[in-house]
Amino acid sequence: MKAFIRGIGQISPQQTFAGDFLENVTAYNTNMLFCIDPVYKEFIHPLQLRRMSRTLRMGVTAAKICLLDAAIEMPDAVITGTGFGCVEDTEKFLLAMLNNNEQQLTPTAFMQSTHNTISGQVAIMLKCKEYNSTYVNRGFSFETALLDSLMLIAEDNAHKVLVGGFDENSFNLHTTTDRLGHWKKEKTNSLQLLESKTPGTISGEGATFFMLTDKEDENNYALLKGLSTLYKPENENEVEQHVNDFLKRNNLSASDIDLVVYGLNGDARTDEVYYHLRDKLFNENAGAYFKHLCGDYYTSSAFALWFSANAIKRQVVPQSVRLGKAPSGALKNILIVNHYRDINYSFMLVSQC
Amino acid sequence: MSERIAITGLGIISAIGDNVHQNLASLRAKRSGIGQIKYLETIHKGILPIAEVKHSDDELLILLGVSENTGYTRTALLGMIAAKEAFADSGAKKGDGIRTAMISATTVGGMGSTEKFYLDYINPEKTGDFVKYIDSHDCGDSAEKIADNLGIKDFITSINTACSSSANALMLGARLIKHGIVDRVVAGGVDGLTKFTINGFNTLMILDKEYCKPFDKNRTGLTLGEGSGFVVLESLEVAQKAGKKIYCELSGYANTCDAYHQTASSPEGTGAFLSMSSALALSGLEIEDIDYVNVHGTATQINDLSEGNAMIKFFGNKVPKFSSTKGYTGHTLAAAGGIEAVFSALTIYNNTIFPNLNFKDKMDEFDLIPVTDLIENAGVKNVLSNSFGFGGNNTSLIFSKV
Amino acid sequence: MDALIAKLKTQIIEQLNLEGVSPEDISPDDSLFGEGLGLDSIDALELIVLLEKNYGLKIENPAEGKKIFYTIRSIAEYITANGKA
Repeated sequence: MKAFIRGIGQISPQQTFAGDFLENVTAYNTNMLFCIDPVYKEFIHPLQLRRMSRTLRMGVTAAKICLLDAAIEMPDAVITGTGFGCVEDTEKFLLAMLNNNEQQLTPTAFMQSTHNTISGQVAIMLKCKEYNSTYVNRGFSFETALLDSLMLIAEDNAHKVLVGGFDENSFNLHTTTDRLGHWKKEKTNSLQLLESKTPGTISGEGATFFMLTDKEDENNYALLKGLSTLYKPENENEVEQHVNDFLKRNNLSASDIDLVVYGLNGDARTDEVYYHLRDKLFNENAGAYFKHLCGDYYTSSAFALWFSANAIKRQVVPQSVRLGKAPSGALKNILIVNHYRDINYSFMLVSQC
Repeated sequence: MSERIAITGLGIISAIGDNVHQNLASLRAKRSGIGQIKYLETIHKGILPIAEVKHSDDELLILLGVSENTGYTRTALLGMIAAKEAFADSGAKKGDGIRTAMISATTVGGMGSTEKFYLDYINPEKTGDFVKYIDSHDCGDSAEKIADNLGIKDFITSINTACSSSANALMLGARLIKHGIVDRVVAGGVDGLTKFTINGFNTLMILDKEYCKPFDKNRTGLTLGEGSGFVVLESLEVAQKAGKKIYCELSGYANTCDAYHQTASSPEGTGAFLSMSSALALSGLEIEDIDYVNVHGTATQINDLSEGNAMIKFFGNKVPKFSSTKGYTGHTLAAAGGIEAVFSALTIYNNTIFPNLNFKDKMDEFDLIPVTDLIENAGVKNVLSNSFGFGGNNTSLIFSKV
Repeated sequence: MDALIAKLKTQIIEQLNLEGVSPEDISPDDSLFGEGLGLDSIDALELIVLLEKNYGLKIENPAEGKKIFYTIRSIAEYITANGKA
């Protein structure tokens, strides 16, 4: 199963919505990254905008940018993936309920707190009555959305699928998950994330939409050629074996990979597996990483796919993401290797059209 | 891609019973699970009726055979109980080498625990036992706990399309098998009742102060429920060769979107009509072949009107027998599609149609009258089951006798 | 009545998060729903809570709200007739 990436829209902690490809990157010193907002009024009608929480604005706008970029007005399906869903609306309703003893509550935050609000809003905005779904399984959320899209295309049930991943950061979410040891204790410059060698990472967020299609077109960015997930591997060898099998299934060997994009997040407890893969399989290959730019969140692999599709189309690997050896020659095949807290592993193969 | 999909295992826990056997007995006896609030701590106790599973969280742990609560939310516990029953019912064994997927669905995830401790969560000064629930808040937690409990590793995901969620879990499961990604799927959904949900629906002013009355002229809203329903899906051919018990076939499915409003269905039921039509087309059946419809039938003003209109548009003047089982279980949100898939399988397997409780007078807008008494030897070969949700999500499933 | 109308305008703009709308933009006789201000059924539910919170008026049936929320003036009249404003 495979599909071309025709269009992309992304809102992230970097200037990614305006066509810049990580030439000028923004550094953060807060351990908590938030997106850089475009002017939402340019994308969404004020009457709709008034009700929309941050993630809704981000998601709907990223979807709109993607549709414009793809020059496609109506998709055959709308699919999203999100780990935490609409955090701001959930917190707003929850806190109002707890602070007012379940009284005098209003519906807006509640009805928008459900994880499928963005896929629903996009469908309403487009009057798209076709297939619509939302996946909500941690580090598999965006991956299942992609898999569903690829299956719909393979089934001949869709030829253009709008598929996105989004997650929203919040102060309370950061504070809460900090108790689980997710985040670094010391303030870290985001651009020096990998140098810290301490436990924890930095939290982030983003909204990224892709238009996947089975139609060849000169404007296609790249081909999403393969996708695989792995749940709670026993050890690094199991991950290595999985990558080998994944490449073999796609008739590729390690030497065919021009760039490996690692989900390194600077957490000394869980980064080791990436270095293991690099040493055992990709010692000769150029590398890149991305979580220093967007922070870590359940659907951060969508940022990696945005990066990889752009790198292939532009044939550029910006200095800001390079890890180790610089790429030489054409970028034909990029492998994305990502995991969320050593639980949800995913692998994507992005190739030249 | 032409592979047929069999249902080989059923599991359920709801307000009308802890397993398939108890649920079936209650359905036959017209015994509703709705009552006054007992387990949920809320100011609506004594005012709003709900359909609770009749156990505290501690009792659910015992039912599951788990000795210590290391962070199991009510949602996770209910899901683990129903999925375990379905898994065993299909003859599956932990580690039997069959590539298996766990697809669960939930709208609230671990909110039941979050709302108890949230003010402590966000106050770094506070410490205590509650910390064990923090990582159980998100929707993926229950699916992963169910998978771990059953030893499922090959594929795991969760769906949240609001009240159509678990119908979509079955649909995704069938497609995964057809694509050869896995050979067996445990698919369904779960939601535990929370203050968050009851207050949320209350702000929309769509909760009935009495027991919900689906398709009745004087219906004033839905009754919330909780529970979990799971089925095991396998290739029909493989299951037949292995001589397995087969409840029915999942012969059709479709997911469409109303694209009308965030919370309300369109009055004419556009999305519902589309999902029923597309599911029928996939099944290869004729419209006359549908013998019974397990309607979404939440008993809100707008759902029943919209769904009724969609059925009339779809079936013309020959709307088959239909009933909503929400009068038994309440509206179990993400679990509804899974629970009603279990009921639909039982309808076919036992050749019995379960009635629509609390119906008195037909609606003014049309002449649709649901089945109000148990019908045995009903001659049911094909059942259509509808699940609709916020965001305009509409999913229809068709179950057929094998 | 005029003071109540002015107060209602501010409260409605705040409760419904009407970004970029100022009290002068709304005439007391503009219809709030449909063609006028373009409010919808969810806004009606928000207004029900506004009346409860600020004026101690409880509307049990959302259908009842439709008549009351026709214009700002009709809301003010309802409050004057029933409330302790």
